[in-house]
Amino acid sequence: MSNTLKTLAVAGAVAASFTATTVTTVSAAGKEKCFGVSLAGKNDCAAGAGTTCAGTSTVDYQGNAWTLVDAGTCETMDVPGDRMGSLKELNRDLPA
Amino acid sequence: MITTQTDFRAAIFDPQMAVPASLTDGSEQPAGKRFNVYRNNVIVSLKEALSESFPVVTKLIGPQSFANLAGLYVRAHPPCDPRMMLYGAEFPAFLETFQPLQHVGYLADVARLELAQRRAYHAADATPIDPAIFGELPPEALASATVLFAPAMQIVQSSWPVLDIWQFNMTKDAPQPSAAAQNVLIGRPEFDPQMRAMPEGSAELITLLQNRTKLGDALETIEQSHPDFDFSALLGVLLQTGALVALTPSQ
Amino acid sequence: MFDASSSSQLPNAPGVGYKPQHFADILESPAPVEWLEIHAENYMGLGGRPLAQLRHLAEQFPISVHGVGLSIGSEGALDGDHLARLKTLCDWLNPASFSEHLAWSSHENAFLNDLLPLPYTQETLNRVADHIDQVQEVLGRKMLLENPSSYLAFAESTMSETDFLRAITQRTGCGLLLDVNNVFVSATNLKLDARAYIDDFPLAQVGEIHLGGHDEEADDHGAPLLIDSHGAEIADPVWALLDYTLERSGPKPLLIEWDTDVPDWPVLADEAKRGARALAPSLALAS
Repeated sequence: MSNTLKTLAVAGAVAASFTATTVTTVSAAGKEKCFGVSLAGKNDCAAGAGTTCAGTSTVDYQGNAWTLVDAGTCETMDVPGDRMGSLKELNRDLPA
Repeated sequence: MITTQTDFRAAIFDPQMAVPASLTDGSEQPAGKRFNVYRNNVIVSLKEALSESFPVVTKLIGPQSFANLAGLYVRAHPPCDPRMMLYGAEFPAFLETFQPLQHVGYLADVARLELAQRRAYHAADATPIDPAIFGELPPEALASATVLFAPAMQIVQSSWPVLDIWQFNMTKDAPQPSAAAQNVLIGRPEFDPQMRAMPEGSAELITLLQNRTKLGDALETIEQSHPDFDFSALLGVLLQTGALVALTPSQ
Repeated sequence: MFDASSSSQLPNAPGVGYKPQHFADILESPAPVEWLEIHAENYMGLGGRPLAQLRHLAEQFPISVHGVGLSIGSEGALDGDHLARLKTLCDWLNPASFSEHLAWSSHENAFLNDLLPLPYTQETLNRVADHIDQVQEVLGRKMLLENPSSYLAFAESTMSETDFLRAITQRTGCGLLLDVNNVFVSATNLKLDARAYIDDFPLAQVGEIHLGGHDEEADDHGAPLLIDSHGAEIADPVWALLDYTLERSGPKPLLIEWDTDVPDWPVLADEAKRGARALAPSLALAS
């Protein structure tokens, strides 16, 4: 038996032990597990609250004025290779 | 003096442009800040849609920084289709070339992952294969088989621990990202996209299989470039994510 | 002129704009809601949860498909691909009603994600009528056209909104969707008389009524500027304007819209109950 056939025999045996995916149910259609994805990119016909003036902001209109104004999680997250874990200091090589 | 839709659009996207002169408050006074209602509706709704579509990128750079960034993006890349579910396709490439964020090397890949998840969410339905078939077919039949993947299956290849970064930001008590580049497979067993890291070489194998290469031949090719390729692990990923739809042995 | 007997098939009862977070509640305790409205563009994916939910809901409720992205008022041609997608959705669902807005939202290759205003001129009238003819021809069904919320006016307009809409219905045979909150918002913003607008509206062509909440702002001169936010309970003067309308129009399908800061189901159901009470006198008269 070739290596490839051995690999397939082993993998096939492992795969056969998996259980089949459950049948689609109405309740499953209602239970959102990943709310972020479902809320992304919705169309509606409402007008935005008028209090915001973001549409008239020149801050986000002029690209050369863009700077980080608040700290996101990339400041606190420790990504391997990203020694400083900091937006300001980060200067690294791509991992292999 | 009339206001064309070209005039109207230009003034919406450029906050420094004067309000088109034929627009009034209904009593022959200039419309003034009434026009800003439309500026806000367009710009804010697009910025919010972008942020909702890329929640992890938003967390990574912070919501206010994201909002300012989105202001640039929505003007450079307004939607080209009325389906907002598709909005943001150019965002990863935009991040890749956005100079002030060059030092956060993984941002574009995180955006690719979020985009792929959304594509999986809206993809066509398909019934995943029953794993029992693997118990019924001898290895020779498996080697001769071609496979069919679910339309929802998405692959994101990254030089970064992109899935770990996503988990760290979206899952409570998730650990710090591991020291590994991650290739991620997204599938949708029912309605909710599932993401798994795949062994190295998987993306290449899947591409071969998508081109109808027989499983045995595809595996042989991958084992040449990746001698330790873990096919059992990939098969587990494919089954857990409902990405495998059919397996057809040659006659 | 589109020749179809099928106007709105919706019941003269309260309906709500469907939000996925209410899926289970609607199946368990829909009363007094008897029908649902969806935004067409949110169901233009190829599969997954949105279509599965819709398939299930459509087995139990009449559905109104409400487009928000066709840009019927565009200076350019209608987006044929988008129209084809609407046809696919309507052919699959066979909805009780299809409606769109008197507005534009696409310009060349950009979609601006808002309902933008139109000058009421003969040129606009010709263009909108042509586009509605095209929509009704492709979909093979009669559509309803909704009156907009206005925040400003065009100096070049030569006719009133009601005259414009009446001319559109006469030319195309389309029906109208009367948004009573939009009437109130526009009348306040442009200092018009909301009741006079209703008096002048072709009520016989109305196949559906919309109600939603608005926000209050002010313009440069401190004059009230109402924003059609769909993010709050319906204001009392809007309910009063609804009563005024129903006395003249008779009972109509009545939709509660709540799109931003969407509340839990009981709050929305309470608004629908208020809608049912508002409909009661006209229903009693009609029977």
